Amino acid sequence: MSHKLVLEAGRTERQYWRDLWRYRELFYFLAWRDFMVRYKQTLVGVAWSLIRPVLTMAVLALYMMLTKQPTGGVPVPLFVFAAMLPWQFFSTAMSESGTSLINNSNLISKVYFPRLVMPVSAVIVTLADFLISGVFMALLMVVFRFVPPVHIFFLPLFILMVFAAAVGTGLWMAALMVKYRDVRFILQFIVQFGLYASPVILPPGKVPQWSHGLPMQALYSLNPAVGIIDGFRWCLLGGDNVIYWPGFSVSVAVVVLVGFTGIWYFRKTERTFADNI
Amino acid sequence: MSENIINVTNLAKCYPIVHKDEWVAGLRHSVENIIRNPLRSLLQSREQKELFWALKDVSFSVQAGEVIGVIGRNGAGKSTLLKILSRITEPTRGRVELNGRVASLLEVATGFHGDLSGRENIFLNGAILGMTKAEITRKFDEIVAFSEVGKFLDTPVKRYSSGMYMRLAFAVAAHLEPEILIVDEVLAVGDAAFQKKCLGKMQEVSRSHGRTVLFVSHNMSAVQQLTTRSIMLEKGTVKFFGSTEQAVEIYSSTAGAEAATFFDVDQVPRKLKMSGAIRLVHFRFDRVTPYFEAGEDFSFCAKVRALEDMPQFRVSLTISTIEGTAVGACFGPERAGLKRGEETEVKITLKNPRLAPGRYSCDVAVGRGSHRTTLTDFDAVSDTLQFEVLPEEGEAGTVAAWHRNWGSVAFTDLAY
Repeated sequence: MSHKLVLEAGRTERQYWRDLWRYRELFYFLAWRDFMVRYKQTLVGVAWSLIRPVLTMAVLALYMMLTKQPTGGVPVPLFVFAAMLPWQFFSTAMSESGTSLINNSNLISKVYFPRLVMPVSAVIVTLADFLISGVFMALLMVVFRFVPPVHIFFLPLFILMVFAAAVGTGLWMAALMVKYRDVRFILQFIVQFGLYASPVILPPGKVPQWSHGLPMQALYSLNPAVGIIDGFRWCLLGGDNVIYWPGFSVSVAVVVLVGFTGIWYFRKTERTFADNI
Repeated sequence: MSENIINVTNLAKCYPIVHKDEWVAGLRHSVENIIRNPLRSLLQSREQKELFWALKDVSFSVQAGEVIGVIGRNGAGKSTLLKILSRITEPTRGRVELNGRVASLLEVATGFHGDLSGRENIFLNGAILGMTKAEITRKFDEIVAFSEVGKFLDTPVKRYSSGMYMRLAFAVAAHLEPEILIVDEVLAVGDAAFQKKCLGKMQEVSRSHGRTVLFVSHNMSAVQQLTTRSIMLEKGTVKFFGSTEQAVEIYSSTAGAEAATFFDVDQVPRKLKMSGAIRLVHFRFDRVTPYFEAGEDFSFCAKVRALEDMPQFRVSLTISTIEGTAVGACFGPERAGLKRGEETEVKITLKNPRLAPGRYSCDVAVGRGSHRTTLTDFDAVSDTLQFEVLPEEGEAGTVAAWHRNWGSVAFTDLAY
């Protein structure tokens, strides 16, 4: 039985990743707990995870129809919902995982487990909602007799991208929030503002590639949701919804950067969570 | 020769003492620092702060299969030590070597979720404590049997009685199979029969499975029952490490110097809002330590101040165990009152309360009337006045054990 363990100040435990593997089932159990608990004592239960995005979609679609925005030849509800799908996932997952540590502060200060499990499993829970919305998207396509393009086979790649973006920002938010509760309010602001700062209701080609001598589209893509939403539309809708690759690679770079720095910062501060929370 | 299962060398943990306004400043404070002096805040991230050393140079080692008691006053560093050993927090200096899996029963119910059923919580809590699903499934029946909640397995635990809740929580934790088990005062919960079962389980774990147990408690009799060797901590250092008997003796004798005998309660916020026509100002024990021999009268002085004219008043008290279980109460007779603004110190004596050895807390109230008439309280102070009843001397000069299961009253004069 060699479970030798050495605890020392400042030592980045070498066995951290091994521990994470040992606790792998906890990802599932925590996600399962949050999912089970979320709709307890509600009347319509899991339907709530659909009502919110669908109502938002309806309002936004109405707005687009009334202002006669072009959608590249796609029915408006489909156009909006194809963007709502990743945006809703990203914003919910980010806030859930961002608040996961302080919402479970009793666990953090009383029990040991690799803390990384907490925010990541919060993202996994949101994935369940995402799947439900995905089914609704399929239904919409049937209703509108819309046949998706062959690019749809690339969808898993974009799901991976939005997952990585949610985990990366979630880790940053969670680790910062342990010390600075201000982040909670910043988070709310990002979620509200982000809907308009991302091309959910922006027709394709509205942001010029170059303007005033600046690569506008690429700058816009610093918001990773831009690349993600473009990608989802390209996969699900096709038509005029094309990916502007230079901009898209900026988004990918941002996701990768946020992801790795998120893990780095989380790991760096994780050791003092119990003291600060 | 058996290898040491725990080796602790020069362990230290320090916490910065954060001042109130610093918290209020929060993020702004840090941002300001960075903007004002970017270079310095990068080079030395913290300005000087007051430091508090919760543990200083703690060294000890434990062999496999030992049951070690950890005792010490509040603030002696017991919890910090346990938190480091169970990896919740990191030491500031020093080194800990653990040759086995550690499981800690620090507040066993933390992983529970009220909305989930008992069955679901067994799996959830098991996973949080580090068990795999297969392990939990294998031990599921055993856990249920131990917890005695079988019938209510599919009821949300928020509908459980607190006893059932704790039994289930302890049952899950007790079925972990760590080489090192850390137990912190969990025995304060549950009824006597269940406490006995927990003690039994701990003894079984150490004897037949050869596991190591660290048992932290304020309850000297439980420590004496369970352990042969103990560590006594004082102000973050190891004061004594050796036989439990000696450790308990030292604990009882040295603690006097620092144990409070004067309690200023004038400015202490009250739990219950009352008229405050008479206010409790301070309490004091008229002795150097808050310790009473078994069989001795319990007495203390209380100073009161009248904020209004008060023709008569009485003092009442409730004595509880340190865990919060009320032992008994008493209403004193009404006595001559005070004019507005007057102060007086009343000496209160409770003739041989027959309290069993252990730590107690005395809640004090001033008011009119008693349980037999109408009752009005003007002011009440709880959880402040603490004292300890020392164990009796047993035969051959040893300390007589008092099992916790026997309760808090030591009856006398049994006739046949």
